[in-house]
Amino acid sequence: MSDSAMDNRTATTRPGLGTMQARSGAALNEAKLAIRDLSFYYGANKALKNIHLDIPARQVTGMIGPSGCGKSTLLRVLNRMYSLYPGQRAEGEVLLDGENIIADTIDLNELRSKVGMVFQKPTPFPMTIYENIAFGVRLHEQLSKSAMDERVEWALTRAALWTEAKDRLNSSAMGMSGGQQQRLCIARTIAVRPEVILFDEPTSALDPISTLKIEELIDELKRDFTIAIVTHNMQQAARCADQVAFFYLGELIEVAPAGQLFTAPKHPKTQEYITGRFG
Amino acid sequence: MSVTSQPALAPVKDLGVAARLGRRRKRVDLIIRSLSLAATGIGLVLLASILITLFVKGFGAMNLSVFTEVTRPPGSDGGLLNAIIGSLIQVALATLVGTPIGMLVGTFLAEYSRGSRFGEVVRFVSDILLSAPSILIGLFVYQLLVLPFGGFSGWAGVAALAIIIIPIVVRTTEDMLSLVPNTLREAVIGLGAPKWKMIVLVSWRSAISGIITGVLLGIARIAGETAPLLFTSLGNNAFSTDLSAPMPSLPITIYSYAGSPFQDWIELAWAGALIITLAVLLLNIGARSLLRSGK
Repeated sequence: MSDSAMDNRTATTRPGLGTMQARSGAALNEAKLAIRDLSFYYGANKALKNIHLDIPARQVTGMIGPSGCGKSTLLRVLNRMYSLYPGQRAEGEVLLDGENIIADTIDLNELRSKVGMVFQKPTPFPMTIYENIAFGVRLHEQLSKSAMDERVEWALTRAALWTEAKDRLNSSAMGMSGGQQQRLCIARTIAVRPEVILFDEPTSALDPISTLKIEELIDELKRDFTIAIVTHNMQQAARCADQVAFFYLGELIEVAPAGQLFTAPKHPKTQEYITGRFG
Repeated sequence: MSVTSQPALAPVKDLGVAARLGRRRKRVDLIIRSLSLAATGIGLVLLASILITLFVKGFGAMNLSVFTEVTRPPGSDGGLLNAIIGSLIQVALATLVGTPIGMLVGTFLAEYSRGSRFGEVVRFVSDILLSAPSILIGLFVYQLLVLPFGGFSGWAGVAALAIIIIPIVVRTTEDMLSLVPNTLREAVIGLGAPKWKMIVLVSWRSAISGIITGVLLGIARIAGETAPLLFTSLGNNAFSTDLSAPMPSLPITIYSYAGSPFQDWIELAWAGALIITLAVLLLNIGARSLLRSGK
C-alpha cells in the first residue's frame, strides 16, 4: 500500500450520500465474465430475471440493491456455489472467457479454482494459519516445501497480513481477530491464484478500521484480479467499484460506471435507492 | 386505521391492577419454583441412595482377588478377572466395528442426503434402532449368528453390542456435523475442493470432539448392557479369550451372581456393579471434558 493512497483515504472524511465521491467514469475494460439472459430459480421461485451484465476484466464491479434483490444469488451463480443445493438451478449463459460455466459439463473444482470467493463472515478453517492457505493451494498444485512457504508468504503479503501473521504461522487461525480472519480468507483465496474474486458483503461483519483495510486491499487486488463485490453499503460501492449494478426484485435495473450511476442515475428506482428512499 | 383527527389520549395506567398482577406473578413463580425444586430433590435422593448403597457395598466387597482371580464356584474365593477381560474385549471390538459404520452413516445423513427421501428413511430406521429394546437385538443376533453356527460365541456378543452402538454414533455424528456452519462448507467448496476433502478435512475436523464424545457415551452404554449378551456370548466361568466360544462379561456375571443364594457371589456382584459404574462415570467425565475443550 503506497503512502499517498493511504493519505487520500484518511484525509477524506467519509462523504455523505449527497456529496459522494465516486470514481470518475474511466473506460471499462473488456468483459471477463459475460452474463447473458440469466435466470435463476430456488425451486419454483424465480430469483433472477433475464440478467444481462458484463463484468470487466481487472476492474471492480459493485452490486447493490435492497435485501432479497438477487445480488448475492448472482454472485453464487458465478462460481456455481448453488450447485451444492438440490432444487436450485440457473438458465441462460455465463461466459468466462467465452466458456459457458452454467453448462453441466463444466468441471466445478477447476471453475472454483479460477473464480474464488470471500464470504460475509470470516470462515477460517480449524487449522493453523499456514495450513489455511496451503490447503487451497494443495488442491490444485504440487509444490515443494520451500515453494509452498513462498506462496504462503506471497498470499499473506498481498492480503496485508504478513507482518501480523509471520510470527504465528503455526498457531490456530481461530485465535485471530475478525478483521485478520477476513484478510486470511482473502489470502487463502488469492493463494490459489484465481482469475476472478467474488466478495459477498466482505466487510458487513467488521469494524470500520478493518473495513478500510479490506477496501484498500480490494483496490490493490484489481491490478491482477477481476473483482465482483456485493455490498449493502453504497459508500463502499462508490469507493471501491469501477462499475456499479443496481438490482431490484431479481432484475438488473441499471448498470453504469460508478461515477455515472451515483451522480446521474437514469432509472427513477436507482435514484430512489441511492438517495435512501427505500431499501 | 382511525380517521378521527382528535389526538389520542395517552393510556392511563391503573397502579392497583399493576400491583395485583405483580403479586400474582410472584405467587405463580413461587409455586413453579417449589415444584421444580421438589422434583430435583426426589431425583437427587433416589440417585444418591443408589450410589451410596453401591459404593458402600461395592467397596466393602472390593479386594485385590476381584481383579486377579477368575470366577469360581461359591465358597472358593473367586474373582471377576475373566468377566472383566471378557467385557473389555467385547466392548472394544464392538466399538471398533460400530464406530466407523456409525460415523459413515451419520456423515451420509448430514452431508450427502440432506432433504432426500432416502435419507429420511435411514434416519428414521436409525432412531428406531436407537430406542429398540436391547433384548430384541440380542434375539436378532441369536437367530443370525448363534443358531446357524451351532453355539454361543464372543463374536455374537460383539455383533449385538456393535448393533447397539451404531445408532448412537449415527445420531451424534449427524448432530455434530449439522452444527458445522454451511458457510464453512461453502468456503472449502469455493476453493475448488472436492466434497470428500471438504468432509474429511473440515467437517470432521470441526466436529471431531463432539463425535468422540458420542462414541464415549456409546461405549458407556454398551459396557453395561446385559440383555443382548444373554442370547449371544452367554457367559463363561473360565478364563477365555476365544471369541468363537462363549465369553464371560461383567453384566452377565452380575446378573447371575446377584440372583444367587451365595453370600460371596452376591458380594462379587456388588464389586462388579461398582466397577462398571466407575468405568461409565469415568467415560462420561472424559466425554464432558473433551466436549468442553473442543469448544
